[in-house]
Amino acid sequence: MDLSRRSFFKLVGTTTATASLVGVGACKAPLASGEALRVRYTKEVHTTCTFCGVGCGLICHVRDGVIVNAEGDPGHPINEGTLCSKGASHYNMSYVFDRHGRPQPNPKRLTKPLYRAPGSDKYEEKDWEWALAEIAAKIKDTRDRNFEETATVDGRAVTVNRTKAISWLGSAFCTCEENYLFHKMARAMGVIQIDHCARL
Amino acid sequence: MTNHWNDYQHSDVFINIGGNTAENHPISMRWIEKAREKKGAKLIAVDPRMSRTAAVADVYVQIRPGTNIAYLAGLIHYALENKAYQSDYVLNYTNASYLINEGFEFDEETGLFSGAFEDPVRNATSYDQETWQYQRDEEGNIKKDPTLSDPNCVLQLMKKHYARYTIENVSNMTGADRAALEESYRLFSTTGKAGKAGNILYAMGITQFTHGAQAVRAIAMAQLLLGNMGIAGGGVNAQRGQSNVQGSTDMAMLYHIIPGYNPTPQQGAHPTLAEYRRLTTPPSGWWANRPKYMVSLLKAFYGDNATERNEFGYQWMPKLDGLDHSHIAMYKAMSEGEIEGMICWADNPAVSGPSARDKRNYQKNLKWLVSVDLFENETASFWEGPGMNPAEIDTEVFILPAAGAYEREGSKANSGRWIQWGWKAQEPPGEAKSDLWIVNELFKRLQANYTAEGGTRPEPITKMFWDYDGPGGEIDIVKVCKDLNGYNTADGSLVTNFVGLKDDGSTACGNWLYSGYYNDYEKPATKNRVKEKEGIGSHLGWSFAWPLNRRIVYNRASADVNGKPYNPDVPVIWWSETEQRWVGNDIPDIPGTWDLETSTKNPFIMLPEGVGRLHCINALRDGSFPAHYEPAESPVPNLLYPRATYNPASQRFYADHTVETDEERARYPYIITTYRLTEHYQSGIQTRNVPWLNELMPELFIELSEELAGELGINNGDDVLIESKRLFIDGNQEGITAKACVTNRIPPVMIQGKKQHIVGMPWHWGFKGMSTGAVTNDLSPSVGDPNTTIPEYKAFLCNVKKA
Repeated sequence: MDLSRRSFFKLVGTTTATASLVGVGACKAPLASGEALRVRYTKEVHTTCTFCGVGCGLICHVRDGVIVNAEGDPGHPINEGTLCSKGASHYNMSYVFDRHGRPQPNPKRLTKPLYRAPGSDKYEEKDWEWALAEIAAKIKDTRDRNFEETATVDGRAVTVNRTKAISWLGSAFCTCEENYLFHKMARAMGVIQIDHCARL
Repeated sequence: MTNHWNDYQHSDVFINIGGNTAENHPISMRWIEKAREKKGAKLIAVDPRMSRTAAVADVYVQIRPGTNIAYLAGLIHYALENKAYQSDYVLNYTNASYLINEGFEFDEETGLFSGAFEDPVRNATSYDQETWQYQRDEEGNIKKDPTLSDPNCVLQLMKKHYARYTIENVSNMTGADRAALEESYRLFSTTGKAGKAGNILYAMGITQFTHGAQAVRAIAMAQLLLGNMGIAGGGVNAQRGQSNVQGSTDMAMLYHIIPGYNPTPQQGAHPTLAEYRRLTTPPSGWWANRPKYMVSLLKAFYGDNATERNEFGYQWMPKLDGLDHSHIAMYKAMSEGEIEGMICWADNPAVSGPSARDKRNYQKNLKWLVSVDLFENETASFWEGPGMNPAEIDTEVFILPAAGAYEREGSKANSGRWIQWGWKAQEPPGEAKSDLWIVNELFKRLQANYTAEGGTRPEPITKMFWDYDGPGGEIDIVKVCKDLNGYNTADGSLVTNFVGLKDDGSTACGNWLYSGYYNDYEKPATKNRVKEKEGIGSHLGWSFAWPLNRRIVYNRASADVNGKPYNPDVPVIWWSETEQRWVGNDIPDIPGTWDLETSTKNPFIMLPEGVGRLHCINALRDGSFPAHYEPAESPVPNLLYPRATYNPASQRFYADHTVETDEERARYPYIITTYRLTEHYQSGIQTRNVPWLNELMPELFIELSEELAGELGINNGDDVLIESKRLFIDGNQEGITAKACVTNRIPPVMIQGKKQHIVGMPWHWGFKGMSTGAVTNDLSPSVGDPNTTIPEYKAFLCNVKKA
């Protein structure tokens, strides 16, 4: 990654440089004087930090539909403007800086559906329509061949409507609404092998 | 969490055990510091390692990994022995006075409770809990002894069970310094007085053991004894590690429950909805309402297709086969070829799962794998991991690019159960889409395929209510919120909260706990952003907390039998004589219709008996009282129960998987524990792709003491090889490599007179992303807690040598 130490400090300075380095983030750092322009003419959008379960408030500064900065929300009752080193780094997940200090899209972010064929040593880019249709077909094929409608319990047939051939992992990174639809879809398919990072 | 982050400011004494607040929940540390600054609160840190939390604590107790229950049992013993518990609270709000069946026993030789039998299905001990039950009179009422002197009353049974958890024994088991141990017990027991608040906060360092659930129980018991439940500054506070792990658990991304903590139907016990209702609905306690929540859930699932005549679609829902289907069991099924396809949303078990190397190998058996994530992760790309030959792996892999936190909208529940809304700030990059968009598009296609082509038993899919598109033909999140909040099926109007839910099909609600979070389209509660100006920091106008916006659950117990707050300086709720109802600084955790007497008899409203359980029945598999068992891999025998090894109720999944013999103990002589860093997150796939964080914390390391490093000739920065039994493959010992980080933070402990070294490793690395490193979990065993099957990541055995 083409990121000099100097530009790192300069950039992280807009949030909570001191706090990040001691790792506790319990103090509010003032905006570095040269950086004030960065959030000018921006719209503030409120969200919460994507990392731990504290639920700190985050303000995203957006100009022309693009984030130019993300920092702790001073109006939030829990974090009152502070963030830890991870929380202060949201912006860097989307944008990294080149040697001239100019933001560039994070090159590791996924931007297209990818497919790896059996035996292949690489991914190919695919379009959404192809990927969704293929996955739906795979689910149907596996489910149709591995579906238990009934099971015998103490000599009587009980409707069970399940498949053990598909496993499903949801996520504590996703929203409540997303996890709710995950649950509906998984159970509709008859999936009982369900788990996620809450246990891991 | 029973309480919430801002509420920490009211605590007098904290115990942070099995967690590291300063580094892993850094911003919450502010609220501990506020309590210390404002009211001189004390912080006790209990940890194998001098973490940054321990470094600033008033009392630090170093314990050997895997001995939390011994430490907590010692606290219970101390509080009982010194009569430091809060007597009237214990008498009125717990089951201390309840009489237990005379056949109840605990055998100190075997470490088994009465009712034990070998369960071939689970390959472990199970219990018939008949002898653990309450004694009842002819009319069925529970027998009690308000004098607390009957030898079969819960308090006396506890005294007997914990009699041997003396300072001396606990010190011998845990390796803790006796003076530090005693000081921590003395200090925390000062919160047994009315008006004093003790707060026990923990994380995965409590739960990730073969006895994890019982350790949580031990915390709850200590807090009940000391009168710390329901009060401001008190509580059992599980500090959650992920931004929405509370919400994803509420939504039941787990095999054994469906949304709102309702059990998944079982083929044996619940063949019909009537049987489900009968067996899962207690006669008293809040769960008596379960049929309303279950039928409303079925209506949200199957819409107009759910009618009284077809059991509201109950039979379309899959039923369990009585077996475990959590992570360890799921991957075992994969190893046996039972699983063809896996769909993995923002999850990376190839790094985060135990025995991860084995798990990546099992994934070769998958025909297809879907991974939805921001970055390419090790689970999706297992086929290019160490030791893999892609040409021999036939798994088709689909990676779908997802939206980041601020590239989508929706709610997340933090540790304190605050369901906070996040607004979308920018579009995701390229063609990346939100998970909500993806799951909607995927299910629409699947449903259309079954409608058009038929297939095996299409009804569970075709009858599922799925109408979440907005006018533009794409997902409209408000429609999902409506499902979750609940609505009247006749006219689609939103219900106010779960009090309005019915069991006759007239209401639909996807998750009763979320009912009320979006009950007004114009001003949904989850989007509320009004900070409290005066009060105790409940911030009732900020977001929405489940249930019913209550911020401290069981808050009835914050007031005495007369309804007067135990702590008048920080009153949570109180009984208003003039209004004849509960009022206060929080939403009372009591139905509005209850009078003072009813609420006094039922402060713990979720339980049928209405009071807190010091003795636990029908809930946990492995005992009514927590007892000390060694971890699955331990260097020492069980000091108290000589014939017990590790938790006898823990299911054994693999033979010859953990260290069992003295020869093996000699080969793997060190205890290893895993932990997290401030600068990285979980499997690291997000943070290892953030240059700022990689610069702060660039690579994987193993932390070892100066003493052990000296013995092994290892210097700071050397490459070190770490070996465990999981990497002993076909007679060859393999290992993983990490840089040595030699510190004085993790010194050896003295266990039963013998010096024992401990090492620690973070687990944030893998072979993808900008910063790469070995997968720490290649070392850890696939053994788990009997109740939750959470893996034992925090204490196992390894060998360490200079690479």
